[in-house]
Amino acid sequence: MPDHVATANGRAPTPGTLAALWASERWRAVVRTAFPFLVVAGLWEFVARLGIFPPRLFPPLEEVADTLVRLTAEGILPHHAVETVGRLLAGFVLAAVVGVVIGIAMGRSRRAEDIFLPLVSIGAPVPGLAYAPLFLLWFGLGNVGAILLVGFVSAFPIIINSWTGVKAVKEVWVRAAQSMGADDQRLFRKVILPGALPYILTGLRLGLAQAWRILVGVEMLAAVPWGLGWMIFGAREFLNTDVMLAGIVVIGAIGLALEKLVFQRLEQYTVVRWGMMTS
Amino acid sequence: MNAAGPRTQSVRRAVVTLAAAAAVYEIIARSGVFPAALVPTLPAVAHTLWRMLLDGTMLTHAFHTVYRMIFGLALAIVVGLPLGILMARFRAVEQFFLPLVSVLMPIPSLAWVPVFILWFGLGNTTTILVVFYAATFPMVLNAWTGVRSVNPLWLRAAGAMGAKGRDLFWKVIVPGASPFIITGVRQAFLRSFVAVVGAEIIAASAWGLGWVIFDAKEFLNTDVMLASLAVIGCIGFAFERLVFGSLERATILRWGMVRAAKS
Repeated sequence: MPDHVATANGRAPTPGTLAALWASERWRAVVRTAFPFLVVAGLWEFVARLGIFPPRLFPPLEEVADTLVRLTAEGILPHHAVETVGRLLAGFVLAAVVGVVIGIAMGRSRRAEDIFLPLVSIGAPVPGLAYAPLFLLWFGLGNVGAILLVGFVSAFPIIINSWTGVKAVKEVWVRAAQSMGADDQRLFRKVILPGALPYILTGLRLGLAQAWRILVGVEMLAAVPWGLGWMIFGAREFLNTDVMLAGIVVIGAIGLALEKLVFQRLEQYTVVRWGMMTS
Repeated sequence: MNAAGPRTQSVRRAVVTLAAAAAVYEIIARSGVFPAALVPTLPAVAHTLWRMLLDGTMLTHAFHTVYRMIFGLALAIVVGLPLGILMARFRAVEQFFLPLVSVLMPIPSLAWVPVFILWFGLGNTTTILVVFYAATFPMVLNAWTGVRSVNPLWLRAAGAMGAKGRDLFWKVIVPGASPFIITGVRQAFLRSFVAVVGAEIIAASAWGLGWVIFDAKEFLNTDVMLASLAVIGCIGFAFERLVFGSLERATILRWGMVRAAKS
């Protein structure tokens, strides 16, 4: 509200008040960002009300919003979301630990590279969900199969990037540190790890994105009792398109939050601050 | 001469690794700890693969999968590439589409499968649309970034030499943006491959490699699953190496936009 007042005052004969200018600038940016969404929402609403499609299949937006609010208030949607995020984190942490260790080992030791590289290059090009039936058969329906699959699939980009990162550390840095008397442990902690970190972070980022893309599909197949993917898939049986769309909204919000809050922050605090990368 | 030594050694070690992995698997499969239906021996898998290749079912499945993927990918390129270029060239287009793209992109394409099934039914339309959804965003983002990152010096140089509109676009901007655009096609391909298999598994239609894997689960035909996985891996590998590798060699490497990676 104060922003609004400032904008209104800005038109009055007190120009040069930077606050007002800033507020109007920000206001304009908000309008500019909101505009496309308003257009799309308007189109959706128009088509929904036209009645070409049955409203059960193409619900108007306020119905979706209504469902979203109702399911959130009842605690159903948060429960689904918490389970999904928990599964994502479990699978991702597994992938991160295993992937970074294998990747760094591959970068440091020729033997490890020769052993793992063929396996990785055979496993990586297969789309993750293709493993799903196999994993579900071997590890059973439910959480264990789902988490292992998510971890397995998202480990590949982490392994590949950590491996590349260690290999990309400049030879000069390693030799400089060695000539200044750094032992292996210090060399690893102070030179190789920071040097490889931009790649490793990229790998973690790609891995998390991959885990996220797979997880929703896995939840549809693994018959877990809770989870957003399962919620959307289950809603199909009852033609609850509003529930599906509400679920997709939450999925989009989580995906956006992962990207903006987790990784951009992490990058700011580490590699950008160390001057390894410009933001 | 020098490079040959370590290289043949690496190849030898790779073969040894794979043979060892196969042997470990075979021992586990034959030890009888797990039911044979869940862990079939490698000869059994090879036999199934051979049988399915001979009677043509595997090829039909593969054909359906590749057809859906190519269709969706082509659609994504036809829509995404011009959109990305327009976004980079015109501020109004950018301001309209960028917020939409950044909100829609984090939604996994597979989340749309149930909705699309309701809207379009089971079958090709749903699968192709899911592929399209998955492949469009990398295409748009890379085309947009690529055109924006064309060196302004080249634009000014071409402009000073009298290049205008169309010439400037085809001779400077498109080649300049091509490394990004090809990266975009590549990413779009990877996404669409994941999407097509996922969509086939979830929106079970009658044919397709994803469907055959999922269907085999119902009957515990693990050998069929592993055989199809092998075919999926081969398709991915073939596209990645042969199609995109030669595409890269024919365009950006030849134009000197990027150097070939040193092996």
